[in-house]
Amino acid sequence: MNTTVIDRKTATDKSANTTEQQTKIAVKDLNLFYGEKQALFDVSIDIKEKEVTALIGPSGCGKSTFLRTLNRMNDLIDGVKINGKMVIDGEDIYQSNDVIKLRTKVGMVFQKPNLFPMSIYDNVAYGPRMQGIKNKAELNKIVEESLRGAAIWDEVKDRLKSSALGLSGGQQQRVCIARAIAMKPEVILMDEPTSALDPISTLKVEELIASMKKEYTIVIVTHNMQQAARVSDKTAFFLNGEIIEFDETNKIFSMPSDQRTEDYVTGRFG
Amino acid sequence: MSSIPVKKDAGEIGKANKRKYILEKVSGRVFLFCALLSVVSLLLIIGFVFYKGSHPFIAEGYSFIDFLLGSDWVPSEDKFGILPMIVASIYATIGALIIGVPIGLFTAIFLAEIAPRSVAKIISPAVQLLAGIPSVLYGVFGLAIIVPFLQNNLGLIKGQSLIAVIIVLAIMMLPTVVTVAETAIRAVPKAYREGSLALGVSPIGTIFKVVVPAAKSGIMTAIVLGMGRAIGETMAVILVAGNSLVIPTSLTDSIRPLTTNIALEMGYAFGTHQEMLFATGIVLFSFILILNFVLARISSKGGN
Repeated sequence: MNTTVIDRKTATDKSANTTEQQTKIAVKDLNLFYGEKQALFDVSIDIKEKEVTALIGPSGCGKSTFLRTLNRMNDLIDGVKINGKMVIDGEDIYQSNDVIKLRTKVGMVFQKPNLFPMSIYDNVAYGPRMQGIKNKAELNKIVEESLRGAAIWDEVKDRLKSSALGLSGGQQQRVCIARAIAMKPEVILMDEPTSALDPISTLKVEELIASMKKEYTIVIVTHNMQQAARVSDKTAFFLNGEIIEFDETNKIFSMPSDQRTEDYVTGRFG
Repeated sequence: MSSIPVKKDAGEIGKANKRKYILEKVSGRVFLFCALLSVVSLLLIIGFVFYKGSHPFIAEGYSFIDFLLGSDWVPSEDKFGILPMIVASIYATIGALIIGVPIGLFTAIFLAEIAPRSVAKIISPAVQLLAGIPSVLYGVFGLAIIVPFLQNNLGLIKGQSLIAVIIVLAIMMLPTVVTVAETAIRAVPKAYREGSLALGVSPIGTIFKVVVPAAKSGIMTAIVLGMGRAIGETMAVILVAGNSLVIPTSLTDSIRPLTTNIALEMGYAFGTHQEMLFATGIVLFSFILILNFVLARISSKGGN
């Protein structure tokens, strides 16, 4: 496997005493520029397989920007330059030009539910169809499995052919998760997936994230620190484009080693 | 009874303010007058055209059915059939749509989705400028370039033909189609694109499966507006149509659409002949009305 070591800029080197999962994503000295402006500074982090990694930090700290480098969504913005290493399953994703393959493997759920103006079924079947799956029975199976996987099947199974935009925000977001699952990804990125949802929907999505951990590596950006504490195994604290601290979630929230982390998680700023 | 004390002169308006209120009222009326002017013009035009155009059928005993379906237009022999012109107008419009819509749509997609901003900045104003060129210049261009080209390359005796009209109209509808479609495509939320791209779908796949379907009603509007432009165009068409009074059977036939019939003959027509030209205008106007009706349906659907 890749030999990149965790480079905690200021964290202590006490490695946590859990059964360590394999490294899924290894990032080393990643810098990102929007034109002249640098947004990420020497970011290094190892994300483990089948864990939930939370990225926290104040607005504009670069956590969403970092999340979007993981499936190269920043490529869509003009004038973005990226250097450093980002290795997923032993392959540097910025050396390879197969963005389509990368995005099939690394799915994404956005801040606001962004279902297409089509039926629920067509939304979930969209990705597989675009990959060339035409067999009806196979598509039906994928759609059902994905919707079950996103814990929304029972709520929508009788209205698969009706417009997805008629669902509530929370339901839409879970269908978005189903749509991502339908591609059978290995990693799922979530960019503040509950920030537009009410508390009950938020709870459902959080439960879903906890259950999805068995199958997927999840990286979640969140503004909500309780959420990070509830759903994640590891937490990285971003500030001004740097990772200040990256450790077990328990440790980040109970005894962080950096003063700035402590100030943030105790609500003194941000 | 209210117990709140009210000053006795509170209801009166101060002298300075009084003038402001009057000014307010007067300017309101001025705006209203301007707004009504266009409605009045519309009603006058419709009324005049319909009054003049319907006269031969009501007062002179001509049959409206014969007028629509008759294939001979010989005013000197009292024969007024406009079927060849209706067919010519429809053929020319459909032909122009077949060429102009795909080109316009692809241009719009290119400008909105694919082109780097620097390239779009050059092409977009160029397309819009196309809309500002006086239509007679399109006709001159058609006559000087397209007609001789067709004449030489297709071996025609006369290059003025249905195909020449179609080409000129296709170019003329481009700015309308491109501008309206581009606006519609740009209005598709970025989130849709991101959602599709994040699923590992290629940019082109995203455009055709998500963006264009989401912009469907705007694109339909673009097509209908382009169609309106094609069916109503007169000056450019006169120069390249050839203006023969036959029902076209091939692309190389010389044609006379409804618009050019009116423009060509109105100058010297009088009596029934003149009224029949107004009647031709009614038919043309009906086409436009139908298009507008379709347009209204599309945009009300798009709202849902």
